[in-house]
Amino acid sequence: MAKVTFDGIEVEVPDGTTILNAARIIGGGIVPPAMCYYTPLKGSGGKCRACLVRVAAGSAKDPRPMPKLVASCITPVQDGMVVENTTSEQVLDVRKGIVEMLLINHPLDCPVCDQAGECDLQNFAFEHGVSTTRYEEERRTFEKIDIGPYIQLHMTRCILCYRCVYTADQLTEARVHGVLGRGDASEIGTYIENTISNDFSGNVIDVCPVGALTDKTYRFKQRVWFTKPVNAHRDCQHEKCNGRVTLWYKGQDVMRVTARKDEYGEVKEWICNECRFEKKETADWVIEGPAHIDRSSVIAQNHYELPVVNAQIIADLPESTMRELALNPPLKLGGLNG
Amino acid sequence: MGRKLLTEHINVEGIETIEVYRQHGGYRAVEKALKTMTPDEVVDEVKKSGLRGRGGAGFPMGMKWSFLAKPEGVPRYLVCNADESEPGTFKDRYLMSKLPHLLIEGMIAGSYALGARTSYIYIRGELLYVLRILEKAIAEAYAAGFLGENILGSGYSLDLYVHPGAGAYICGEETALLESLEGKRGNPRNKPPFPAVQGLYARPTVVNNVESLAAVVPILNLGGDEYAKIGVGKSTGTKLFSACGHLNKPGIYEIELGLPVEEFIYSDEYCGGIWKGRALKAVVAGGSSVPILPKDLILKTAAGENRLMSYESLGDGGFVTGTMLGSGGFIAMDETTCIVKNTWNFSRFYHHESCGQCSPCREGTGWLEKVLHRLEHGHGSLHDIDLIVSVAKQIEGNTICPLGEAAAWPVAAAVRHFRDEFEWHVTHPQEATRPGAVYRGNLVLA
Repeated sequence: MAKVTFDGIEVEVPDGTTILNAARIIGGGIVPPAMCYYTPLKGSGGKCRACLVRVAAGSAKDPRPMPKLVASCITPVQDGMVVENTTSEQVLDVRKGIVEMLLINHPLDCPVCDQAGECDLQNFAFEHGVSTTRYEEERRTFEKIDIGPYIQLHMTRCILCYRCVYTADQLTEARVHGVLGRGDASEIGTYIENTISNDFSGNVIDVCPVGALTDKTYRFKQRVWFTKPVNAHRDCQHEKCNGRVTLWYKGQDVMRVTARKDEYGEVKEWICNECRFEKKETADWVIEGPAHIDRSSVIAQNHYELPVVNAQIIADLPESTMRELALNPPLKLGGLNG
Repeated sequence: MGRKLLTEHINVEGIETIEVYRQHGGYRAVEKALKTMTPDEVVDEVKKSGLRGRGGAGFPMGMKWSFLAKPEGVPRYLVCNADESEPGTFKDRYLMSKLPHLLIEGMIAGSYALGARTSYIYIRGELLYVLRILEKAIAEAYAAGFLGENILGSGYSLDLYVHPGAGAYICGEETALLESLEGKRGNPRNKPPFPAVQGLYARPTVVNNVESLAAVVPILNLGGDEYAKIGVGKSTGTKLFSACGHLNKPGIYEIELGLPVEEFIYSDEYCGGIWKGRALKAVVAGGSSVPILPKDLILKTAAGENRLMSYESLGDGGFVTGTMLGSGGFIAMDETTCIVKNTWNFSRFYHHESCGQCSPCREGTGWLEKVLHRLEHGHGSLHDIDLIVSVAKQIEGNTICPLGEAAAWPVAAAVRHFRDEFEWHVTHPQEATRPGAVYRGNLVLA
């Protein structure tokens, strides 16, 4: 076990834990943002540099500070390490710079982007960026590419996090897409506009932090914050899929199906394309209850779930709210994760 | 005339063949190492020599070798980084094409010291003709029993391969080089783990520059202590400098470290002064990625001492008034050089060569190039000058590999020392963009 001090908070974690995961054990506002790191994907991380932190003391044995900021998602902790994130002016400054870099070639088309509302870049920019730009040049643009019947690639929005590449490495026998080109001309592609077709290809949509890979069965159908997430499962015949998903309702209609994500937007169990794209009737599913969205996302802003399960609090609610609740009863009152 | 340890016989007819090379003392170092020394003794000699890596970073080579992890039953590798592609640096190409056996000899001794049974020379793809020279030399070395099974009856076996890159500057970064050698896209790896622990095929690996490995040969022939007497302070031995730009005699010079910069530029023995009788304006002393210095600061340090061609003296004053020795790509610019155009040109190179893996470098290098293009072509504004300094600062230190710094340093240094010239491009765009326009204070000559 290693004892780490993160922004003044001490935590004990198993050896080999990364700084980011140690911070996630503490949780809350001190957790560094991560745009490319994705826990279930081996090899991911280190690329976006959003999670850079300052190591003020390397370890108990060698308490010198590290000369450069380090990527917290890939740097393992040492016993006695002291890490500064929100307490370091330098880190916050650099993070502003990273937001700026990620945005100079990003189209800022959030009003028409399906990802808006659950976009990691949107959240990141909102929390850490500045509201003006110093970039005057033309932005990099690409034509939209259809990769197969279900997925649309809009490379213009891509921030080259490589998550979708690692997903294919991990879930399929032979990856057919990757990063082509170099520098700011790099792009995700299938070379000769191949289709990405395998039973788990849809998961690249879930791992994409921005709106570069979108669900063609959902494109432009609904803003995410107007939909209501509900956990559900079905008896999926696919051997690698256990059919545990989140359904996104608008009224009585299932608008889309995604894998279940945790508070950091990470999928814990991959789902197959049949569950994701072809089962869009409530009758296909066994409903478990509302899904809890615990991120600084606009979905949470419009959430219908009561925040705390406490009889006293419910009793103290203003009469108007009670009337509202009586008229439009939620699927289930209270409760975490349904 | 200083001592020449690497290039003493470089102009001998037929030195690229093993017969002539051996007539001039070739493969003595390998015989000495394999017959009379243990691998650890070879490492010790290199440590004693104080040799610092010649690829740019200047890390002590003996120390790098001693860091190599040596787990039981796991192969180790020595890889030679011959992906020389820094603008201004062309010493390794010369060394390999003229003296292929010197590199091979250094690699055999190095592989023996590290316990590597397979070693690779990763050569820049554009140098195909050098690759052929090396392959021919390797075949000769196999035939003469210096490579292959049981070398010189010592029981030590080594296979040596040459592998060409596909034309990417980034593959000169050691972990990108290893990725490329493994047949993957040449993206630098996240560190740790360092190559000394997990390098090629996830095995312990040492990556050394061509000139560093070649220098092992004179170190073993002379002995580490004797080698350390050459040079000045912690800059021991001799170093190849590839001098280019506005010089009377550009070319590759082997010098003893510690030679005054002034002597190197103006002495007839070396570069012979600035061409066409012009005055020196600025020097990039170690390849395009190191900070540029104006004439006053390259000849004398800020404290007024003579600046020497050594790691310490060139680095004197940090990045405020100093620079780096880097890889020895010495670019001299005369008084007619436009610093803004030159900086834009360097930026264009780094923009083109960024691998695009991490965001500050991928986006920042392109941004720098675009703003510098604007400034050079007379469309810039005064706050563009602060903008490029700020963008360079956002890249520097925040990237996966040193390419980010290599892109940021020249820009920051150019503005630091030649800000008035940048401002002149903004305030006098018509004059500045006229063909042949030269900035000399406020005076414009066409």
